[in-house]
Amino acid sequence: MNPLYVELQWLPRAAANFSQRLKDLPNSQGPLGTEIQSLARSFLDLNQLTKLAKFIDRARNAHKSLEPLTPFRLAVISNSTVDLIVPALVGSAARRGIALEVIQSSYDQVAQEALIPDSKVNTSNADAVLFALDYRALPLRISLGDREASSATVQGVIEYLDVLRKGIEENSKAVCIFQTLAPPVEPIFGNLDGTLPGTLRNLIDCINRELNDFVIGSGCVLLDVAALAGTVGLADWHNPHLWNLAKFPFSDELIPLYSDHVARTLAAIRGKSGKVLVLDLDNTLWSGVIGDDGMEGIQVAQGDSRGEAHLAVQRLALDLRQRGIVLAVSSKNTDAVAREPFLKHPDMLLKLDHIAVFQANWEDKATNIKAIAEELSLGLDTLVFLDDNPMERGLIRELLPQVAVPELPDDPAYYARTLAAGGYFETVAFVTEDLKRAGLYQDNAKRTSLQKQVGGVDAYLASLDMTISFSPFNATGRARIVQLINKSNQYNLTTRRYTDPEIAAAENDPSVFTLQTRLSDLFGDNGMISVVICRPGAPGTWEIDTWLMSCRVLGRKVEHMVLREIVDQARAADIAELVGIYKPTERNRIVADHYPKLGFARTFEGALGETRWSLLVDEAKLENVPMRILSEGFRRDEANQRV
Amino acid sequence: MDEPEIYARLATIFENVFDEETIQLSPELSANDVEGWDSLTHIRLMLTIEKAFRTKFSTSDIGNLKNVGDLVALIKART
Repeated sequence: MNPLYVELQWLPRAAANFSQRLKDLPNSQGPLGTEIQSLARSFLDLNQLTKLAKFIDRARNAHKSLEPLTPFRLAVISNSTVDLIVPALVGSAARRGIALEVIQSSYDQVAQEALIPDSKVNTSNADAVLFALDYRALPLRISLGDREASSATVQGVIEYLDVLRKGIEENSKAVCIFQTLAPPVEPIFGNLDGTLPGTLRNLIDCINRELNDFVIGSGCVLLDVAALAGTVGLADWHNPHLWNLAKFPFSDELIPLYSDHVARTLAAIRGKSGKVLVLDLDNTLWSGVIGDDGMEGIQVAQGDSRGEAHLAVQRLALDLRQRGIVLAVSSKNTDAVAREPFLKHPDMLLKLDHIAVFQANWEDKATNIKAIAEELSLGLDTLVFLDDNPMERGLIRELLPQVAVPELPDDPAYYARTLAAGGYFETVAFVTEDLKRAGLYQDNAKRTSLQKQVGGVDAYLASLDMTISFSPFNATGRARIVQLINKSNQYNLTTRRYTDPEIAAAENDPSVFTLQTRLSDLFGDNGMISVVICRPGAPGTWEIDTWLMSCRVLGRKVEHMVLREIVDQARAADIAELVGIYKPTERNRIVADHYPKLGFARTFEGALGETRWSLLVDEAKLENVPMRILSEGFRRDEANQRV
Repeated sequence: MDEPEIYARLATIFENVFDEETIQLSPELSANDVEGWDSLTHIRLMLTIEKAFRTKFSTSDIGNLKNVGDLVALIKART
């Protein structure tokens, strides 16, 4: 079975101690409904969904408030066994902000429940009735090759469903949800099953098409089970063993998926659908980092396999925009640098005027995304945030839990499919006004100002369990060091380029201080993220010849930790003063305040903007950032002098 | 797989499937002894066991189980 769908891989995995967390819920700080929804936002298997449902039922029976979840009563009528599905519906609905109560009707009493005025369903005060019927529930007469009879059969089915609908309408205020039919797997003919009138497959195809018109015309809601079954594969959807054993309508492994789809539909009925797609840029909309790789370096072309993957994301975003979803950007980049591909790259599909709000800066994304929501006057719970970086996804899930953040797989080729599979933008109706909605936000790629920083960012960073590792240049790191030295443009103080032999020489020169820095965290190894070279200047001073950093880890105060290590090593080498140099280029404006931020004092400013800075080692006020520090390979002789 | 290991893994499975805190598994334990162990929960339990032990049970396999002891013997035979 396809794990993307079976395991709902757009959802993060549940915590290992799910049962314990569920038990601890009544003691948590926030409102119960919020805590329940938070637990439900991970992938939960059938057993976990069942436990969550029981918890919700008990809380409701004990008259505990489930706010802010929206209450919803759903009656389920089926020709099959839905007992195991019902709790999964309750657990999954919580994911979408709904406190669901299910009224389960008696097994295979479809017509009775719909038509009898005092049936369990008709007296249940339900908000909606789900007719969970499969093809076995319907009067299907095989009439091979007989177009007239086949047409009559199809009409008969639609009329039957309409009778059911009227029964509900006359006796309650519930809206009816009808499912399309998953055809059986076994062909009778083979090639002709689909097109020859009157075969089972052909009847079902015709019914599914007619169902669409019937549902729209009568104000009902459609749940497209045929599409869902087709997506996972009919052979995996249908399970003869379970049908024979206990009349299960489909494989038990697909209960979480089916339930999530029902939950999306209920949420859409309540108007709780995604309205905004907030997009990261680097390695999400294109392959590469625009600040470091430049326009020539990013991949977004057709014909390039990485570029195609990201183009598919852009295409999906454009398609969503066309149906009324608003697009926004949240990127850690200099604004002008981030806008450049939209303006000038010939392979970009997305243009600036497709984007309603464009936030590219070096502040944290939680503060930025909150500002986007406020600018659009839309609730955070209507936002969906797409970012390849698990650290950013974790930040938003932690600090802005109402924002939907899909997990993404390692392979960008599956980004578009994963976002689409998440069903964040499910809707029950489409009107022509939707076509114009995105434009109503006046897509002028507006840059909105940031208010107060969203609280909790520092605490989140501290929870990342970061380890920073320092060592001198060595042969193993050399290739990467040379690569970084030659391709870094943004966070690069002097943009000095060196060849491999020149770096090897620096490695072996005892008067030159070299530093390579690696960073790892909860999400994995970020690799080498900084390169520093200090050369002897005036006696007792080091001139910082090279200082560059990877843009990927900015905002975590890593530069403070690097300075701390330089200062430690300088002290050990009897160096009293560090001299910083900034050579401005077109690309490195963001580091103009790197040295003053670290406590250096300016000593010189040249005509072309070059600046020099000084820090006395003994007076350095070093900020401490919570992370583990490893420092290895710096050789000392007996007097602790650097060798 | 030996019986102590089967019992250990079953203990986790029972915790996941049932609402009760800790169910003491013994060979004599049966559906009568555990609250909520009805026919449909039994199906959910068997499906969970199938996946955990990577095996499949036939209808007749399941029909002949009277207690946890029978279940453990069945799992041992199939793994």
